[in-house]
Amino acid sequence: MNRATRFVVLLLAAVIGAASALPVLAQTPGVTATEIKVGNTNPYSGPASAYGTIGKALGAYFKKVNEEGGINGRKINYVTLDDGYSPPKTVEMVRQLVEQEQVALLFQTLGTPTNSAIHKYMNQKQVPHLFVATGATKWNDAKNFPWTMGFQPNYQIEGRIYAQYVLKNVKDAKIGILYQNDDYGKDYRKGFLDGLGEAAKKLVVLEQTYEVTDPTIDSQIVNLKNSGANVFFNVTIPKFAVQAIKKSHDINWKPLHLLNNVSSSLATVLKPAGLEASKGLITALYMKEITDPQWKNDKGFQDWVAWMKKYYPEGALDDQSNAYAYSVAQLLTHVLKQCGNDLSRTNIMKQAASVKDFELPMLLPGIKVNTSATDFAPIEQERLAKFNGEIWEVFGDLIDASKK
Amino acid sequence: MAAARFAIPAAVVLALVLPLLVSNFRLFQFTQVFIYAIALLGLNILTGFNGQISLGHGAFYAVGAYTGAIMMDRWSVPYGWTIPVGGLICLVVGFLFGIPALRLEGLYLALATFALALAVPQILKYFEHWTGGSQGIVLSKPPAPFGLPLSEDQWLYLVTLAVLIVMFVLARNLLAGRIGRALVAIRDNPLAAEAMGVNKALYKSLAFGVSAAYTGVAGALSAVAIAFVAPDSFNVFLSISFLTGSVIGGLATISGAIWGALFIQFVPNWAQAISKAAPWAIFGLFLIIFMYVMPFGIAGGLRLLWNRLTRRRS
Repeated sequence: MNRATRFVVLLLAAVIGAASALPVLAQTPGVTATEIKVGNTNPYSGPASAYGTIGKALGAYFKKVNEEGGINGRKINYVTLDDGYSPPKTVEMVRQLVEQEQVALLFQTLGTPTNSAIHKYMNQKQVPHLFVATGATKWNDAKNFPWTMGFQPNYQIEGRIYAQYVLKNVKDAKIGILYQNDDYGKDYRKGFLDGLGEAAKKLVVLEQTYEVTDPTIDSQIVNLKNSGANVFFNVTIPKFAVQAIKKSHDINWKPLHLLNNVSSSLATVLKPAGLEASKGLITALYMKEITDPQWKNDKGFQDWVAWMKKYYPEGALDDQSNAYAYSVAQLLTHVLKQCGNDLSRTNIMKQAASVKDFELPMLLPGIKVNTSATDFAPIEQERLAKFNGEIWEVFGDLIDASKK
Repeated sequence: MAAARFAIPAAVVLALVLPLLVSNFRLFQFTQVFIYAIALLGLNILTGFNGQISLGHGAFYAVGAYTGAIMMDRWSVPYGWTIPVGGLICLVVGFLFGIPALRLEGLYLALATFALALAVPQILKYFEHWTGGSQGIVLSKPPAPFGLPLSEDQWLYLVTLAVLIVMFVLARNLLAGRIGRALVAIRDNPLAAEAMGVNKALYKSLAFGVSAAYTGVAGALSAVAIAFVAPDSFNVFLSISFLTGSVIGGLATISGAIWGALFIQFVPNWAQAISKAAPWAIFGLFLIIFMYVMPFGIAGGLRLLWNRLTRRRS
């Protein structure tokens, strides 16, 4: 070894030595002694901009956390960008957040196609991609995508719950299904048919679809009535749910009416459809329906209203999305608290995957958040509820989809 | 033009050394710019040189992207092949669409193409078996070949740059010759053009086909660069962005495509950085200012500026 080589080797050794001594100080990008940088994309413009309120409400919740002293002394620096619900834009914005802004983690990015576009990227970069805002099933895949985690119960789980209810409680069921002709509708339908299993062929007498652009679904309802169905599985978004409830009431069709959770709002669905006509509807819930009067004096609900008024006064008090954002922001806060002082990305994922029986004030009483190294679906419990003309009356046991 | 003699080599050299200077993220953004530039050049051939307005080029972009994505996903075709095939399929589709479109002029054609932009995302959902429905198709980014010490982003940037240069040279040769003159003649005075023996129907459909082919090449490249396609990626807004970009960049100019692409890539981001509350209002303001200050687009504005400077010097 000549002198020059020796010098280089020594230098290298010194650098490596220094570097290996560093990890104590070495930090996760986006984490300093005083802040944690959290990235997010939301559709503030474009076709899905109604959901943009979620991104704003998340920021409002972190404002509250910061005013109350932050998380273990660190403030949350929440950076949210508009992707217009366009997957290529999401890729660009997320890369900006990860590579330029150097966020510690990505949180609640909204939309199924948008999250699909960044799914691989986040896992290649090994950046936590937490509690994505979509009802698809694919986010619970700890083995292949250990950096991505979902949040809400997915549509297939809910569909299965209705199927089990029908199998147990309805004799000689003749089932009519109405669903929106896209992924959302098909996911519900698949869960429902899977839940019925072999019996599906016998029990389902008619399936009808509609396009989200259709003006009305009256003829589908008439067809369903004429099919002789005594169970109606209604997979529609609010606008069409109102029409479906009204029309079946008007033509005096009184099946067991299973309404998907998507349209369970009193303010936007049941009241416009008529409370009398809505009587007897059955849905599956995991959150407190904020326009349901039974929660008026509930502590969790009142806290939520107080927070809305103080931190997000421009937000709508009858928009369930704002309660959703509040809940998921609370979950992230909990996870980051649980991280203590170790805010490495590995530990953030580890803590996100070790939430035990955590209760969120805006979820239905009894519903608990649970995750594990193999279970990346935080909320998997729901309860059936029947509308009694005034409120959603919860009945039956807690249904836990994680237990087969 | 004298300026071009220096500007073009300088721009190419700058583009070649860029990977050494900027981060992977910025390179990804410039890759997007180049992809948009190819699409805008395509639209410019149709709208700028031939005078046919299209509000539907997002549809051809989608066809190119899906062609590429399906080839890579279904048949594991190397991505290099998807680019010419995406272009060829769009050439045929565009040419066929151009035939009925012959009967439509100006605003009516704009509406017919707009219908195309509206329809394609829904049609894509219909052929779910091939297109993956609204879930789209997830692809993998290609690594640099032959063990070249380049990141995926650097490699894709260089590939896109190469395609861009080829497409620009082809366009220049096409437009500077007989065909280009015929296209412009049809735009300026269709009767006179026909009197001179220009086959109006053929050239107009041809312009449509070539324009769609350019956009299809861009679409296929975008599928590789984004590594994901879904109907939501190709909404109506994309088509409108293309038209905005080609007008802002400068109609009937080749360099305008680059300027327009820079505009539609970066100005929305700046607008968002300036105001989170009303980014599109800021974007609109930029748009108005640009059109007011440079009514012939950025390329036209620069040419005027250059002319004024050189005149003063002499």
